[in-house]
Amino acid sequence: MNRRFFITLTGAAAIAWEHVLAGAPESSPNYKIADHWWAMLIDVDKCIGCGNCVRACAAENNVPEGFFRTWIERYQVDDEHMMEPIVDSPDGGKHGFPAHPAGGSLTGANFKEFFVPKLCNHCVDSPCTQVCPVGATFTTPDGVVLVDEKYCLGCRYCVQACPYGCRFIHPEKNVAQKCTLCYHRITKGLTTACCEACPTGSRQLADLRNPKDPIHDFMKKHSVQVLKPQMATGAKAFYANLDGSVR
Amino acid sequence: MHNFIYPNENELQWSILIVLYPFLTGLVAGAFILASLERVFRVEAVKPTYRLALLTALSFLLVAPLPLQLHLGHPERSLEMYLTPHRSSAMAMFGFVYLWYLMVVLVLEIWLDYRRDIVIFARTSKGFLRIVYKLMTLGSDNISEGSLRVDDRVGYIITIIGIPSAFFLHGYVGFIFGSVKANPWWSSPLMPVVFIFSAMVSGIAAVMLLYMGLAKLRKEPIGIDCVDAIAKYLFYIFIIDFSLEMLDLIHRIYEADESFRSLDFMVHNSLWIPHVIIQLLIGTLTPIAILGVTQIVPLAVNIRKRLYAIAGCLTMVGIFAMRWNVVIGGQLFSKSLLGYTTYNLHLGSREGLGTAIVLTILPLGILFVLAKLLPPWTSEAHHDTA
Repeated sequence: MNRRFFITLTGAAAIAWEHVLAGAPESSPNYKIADHWWAMLIDVDKCIGCGNCVRACAAENNVPEGFFRTWIERYQVDDEHMMEPIVDSPDGGKHGFPAHPAGGSLTGANFKEFFVPKLCNHCVDSPCTQVCPVGATFTTPDGVVLVDEKYCLGCRYCVQACPYGCRFIHPEKNVAQKCTLCYHRITKGLTTACCEACPTGSRQLADLRNPKDPIHDFMKKHSVQVLKPQMATGAKAFYANLDGSVR
Repeated sequence: MHNFIYPNENELQWSILIVLYPFLTGLVAGAFILASLERVFRVEAVKPTYRLALLTALSFLLVAPLPLQLHLGHPERSLEMYLTPHRSSAMAMFGFVYLWYLMVVLVLEIWLDYRRDIVIFARTSKGFLRIVYKLMTLGSDNISEGSLRVDDRVGYIITIIGIPSAFFLHGYVGFIFGSVKANPWWSSPLMPVVFIFSAMVSGIAAVMLLYMGLAKLRKEPIGIDCVDAIAKYLFYIFIIDFSLEMLDLIHRIYEADESFRSLDFMVHNSLWIPHVIIQLLIGTLTPIAILGVTQIVPLAVNIRKRLYAIAGCLTMVGIFAMRWNVVIGGQLFSKSLLGYTTYNLHLGSREGLGTAIVLTILPLGILFVLAKLLPPWTSEAHHDTA
């Protein structure tokens, strides 16, 4: 092997290796990926719509202005508007909510108001992963749906395929972005930024493969639902006390 | 109806360029199917349009990926769809369907059909053109009777393969939309079938208009038997296409699932003009009525020609509106089914109206060059050798 051939070979190998690494999620040396199966538990009754989670997420993940990896919706329902609730989410609920929605509040019988935090559902059978033409969107072995920004074409098919409106195209990077469940944090033993910032414990990161995780006990004792169950996406954002009017 | 959209839905994802993409692909599939009428089904009346239809299909197919390319956030990565395709993605697999159709069906069929002419042109022309024709022969300059018989036979087989391929090409475009379960306006098993028939309608109308227009430009008589036959096929296929769209509509209205109220509101408001007025009334029912009249009432030749031209133009408007209403209409309502958004069409941006107009005209420019190089009308090579 002469010097020229060796230099060519190492250059090519370095490029190939970079390509292989591009598809790998961030990892932590002591993190055993096969021991986890991540999900999120949201107790709607506990959410006060303060917007801490939205701000924490934006700061932690450098989310561009006007786009959201997580957001909060305020629902107002009364007997006359079971099918057509009033919903608002001013700036994704980032700065909390005004006393009344812009168009005014409902006033009918059995009026109720509640807040619903939203984020990527990290679906087991995620439509966004299915449709990505190059596999830039993928599910990690520990159940988190991620986007490889170095590989994404920016075709926006995944944004169309997500039934929950969780994806957006980063205005400068021109690639798809969404909640990563703070993968860079949870693989280091931390919780997500939104969970950490939640003052009422409405959001809880859950590890379904950890038998000691409190989620198992909670799910036994509470009625837990997912958003749009008819979509059959295997959503892993579990909601406790979810009203039937929530879309 | 209240107006709530998910916060990330403020921006429409697919623009007029994505409207253009199924429109152009549909013209390809439709034009090819018209060409196959002569080749496979021996419809002699449409023979004058055979080569024109093939060249039209090629011109539009060459431009069809451009709107997609211009739309991508990272067009420099688009080749990854071929190098590392994600097999579960309808969009990734479309790249291969497109390549199959372009290289195996269309280019090969055109080359086989024109090979004799190309060889003769290579022998008779001079200068740069001679080199071009020489290259186009691909080194195959045997135009003996036996050799041409083989060309004809292989061309016939390719056309037979080409018909399901053309169906597949555009049916697949329909599947890209129809398989998005998150979007109730798109999600329908009928979508690929509707796309196939609307493609046939648009392609046949486009070739009919081009044939009539080019004959006028060349000051040659329009073969009335030819346009009569094309108009007849256009009429029948249009009725099937319309019936399928109505079936989809009736099904949606009768079933009235959770999305119905939201979609119904959209059709009666933001989509009223593009969908009901332009697509259905002006672009579908009117041309069907005109074509119907020409089928039933014995009219003078000149009147028939004019009516065909009007029906053809309206058909093109209707099919473009259909693509618009599918692509843009499917993004005007929120997936929350509680609100609506609008599409702002810019003039000068990368995905604006200007780009769309250029991309619509570009295939006609390519067709002009192709028609100069490979004349689709009478075989000029025959005259040269005579």
